[in-house]
Amino acid sequence: MAQPAGLLFSKDHEWVKVDGDVATIGISDYAQHSLGDIVYVELPRVGATLQQFAGIGVVESVKAVSDIFTPLGGEVLEINAALEADASLVNREPYDGGWFYKLKLGDDSEKQNLMSGDDYDKLIAEV
Amino acid sequence: MDDEPLRRTALFEVHRTLGARIVPFGGFEMPVQYAGILAEHEAVRKRAGLFDLSHMAQFELRGNDVAAWADTLTVNHVATMKPYRARYNIFTNAAGGAHDDVIFYRLPERWLVIVNAGNAHKMWAHLEAERRGDVQLRDLRGETALLAVQGPRSVEVLATLVAADIAALKYYTCVETKAGGAPAIVARTGYTGEDGFEVFLPADAAVSLWNALLTEHRRVLAPCGLGARDVLRLEAGMPLYGHELTEEITPLQAGLGWAVKFAKPSFIGKAALEAQAAANVYPRINGLVLDGRVPMRAGYRVLRDGAAVGEIRSGSIAPSAGSKSIGTALLDPASATVGTRLGVEVRGTEHLATTVALPFYKRG
Repeated sequence: MAQPAGLLFSKDHEWVKVDGDVATIGISDYAQHSLGDIVYVELPRVGATLQQFAGIGVVESVKAVSDIFTPLGGEVLEINAALEADASLVNREPYDGGWFYKLKLGDDSEKQNLMSGDDYDKLIAEV
Repeated sequence: MDDEPLRRTALFEVHRTLGARIVPFGGFEMPVQYAGILAEHEAVRKRAGLFDLSHMAQFELRGNDVAAWADTLTVNHVATMKPYRARYNIFTNAAGGAHDDVIFYRLPERWLVIVNAGNAHKMWAHLEAERRGDVQLRDLRGETALLAVQGPRSVEVLATLVAADIAALKYYTCVETKAGGAPAIVARTGYTGEDGFEVFLPADAAVSLWNALLTEHRRVLAPCGLGARDVLRLEAGMPLYGHELTEEITPLQAGLGWAVKFAKPSFIGKAALEAQAAANVYPRINGLVLDGRVPMRAGYRVLRDGAAVGEIRSGSIAPSAGSKSIGTALLDPASATVGTRLGVEVRGTEHLATTVALPFYKRG
């Protein structure tokens, strides 16, 4: 299954879309499907400074709590308030309405630690 | 026994073919979900769901002394059961805690006792150790399967495949009949808070009945896993062994005093339960509804004015109760009254909740 163009992925199944110095972050379609019905997302506060790959929140399905590891570091600019009322957006639109938060990018070179959509496809094919 | 390989029910390959997610549960590889927990929950509340419960242990008891003997091991009446009746019961330890909660089914010449999968070894050893007089025990695991059809349209679904008139079957009664052509016991019992049936049949007849039900009723009936079952039972305020009821949590603490018959001359744990009832000061299971939407999970601390007053025992989002975050908590006596405002500690942050009476959902 091809991933949407222009995204980078972490091995923890988060995606990033970088636009200038702003990164939008969410979880992959594979991740939302694995988690099942998502009922709650806990996100960092606006203004928080995150380190790449740090655990910065959780996504909860009916049965389980899973950590969110930020695929890039930086300062949180905005969180997706729509998820508070309807976390199932993550299931329905993982790459659109179900985004998690936006970051002001810290170190642009951190992108080198992420993979392309094609490489991510290979990773999940092995699981 | 923890080293034993996981067992599979007769329906294991069918679950895999249906795309179920399989998890270890009670010593078995069981389906936790097929289409999704919330979709399956909705099927049971609005139409009908089909469950494989063959992991639950079925013990057969025979002999002239079964009823009198079982009455000494359990809190509820056994000897007063008439043929083709089912009754909820709890095997207790000397301190009044619960070995297991079970259902007894009385048939003309024998009794079936259905025990929780995770307690099967413990309960078999307990029954063997306590066996007295004319009582024969048989472990039917591997020989028999158990399917459940649950939901408001259960009668219409099951009636096409069962010989007996199941619409006339009363709640907590059963009948010996044929299901899908195989000899079966069909009982109007369940663990979802909806109307429904449980069907005991030979393991080698389970696949054919399962497939016939899904084929004939594909628009109405959805295969459902243990994930949906747990949400359904929690909404309906039903205890799950290991959560609301344990070797330490007594039936009185779990709010199951209605099942404890102090009029019985004696049973294991009776003195301890009488003392607990007389003192009337003990931690109790309460319902909790959170103000916000974060799910409560078993083990979370419950706080009052900053001090711990209890622990969450089960939690879920409740689709049938406004999608609120609900749970059960074992609470200190002073906090175990309806309407108490408490905090629940979730990852270091306190979230406000209110104690409520169970159940969270009652069918209309």
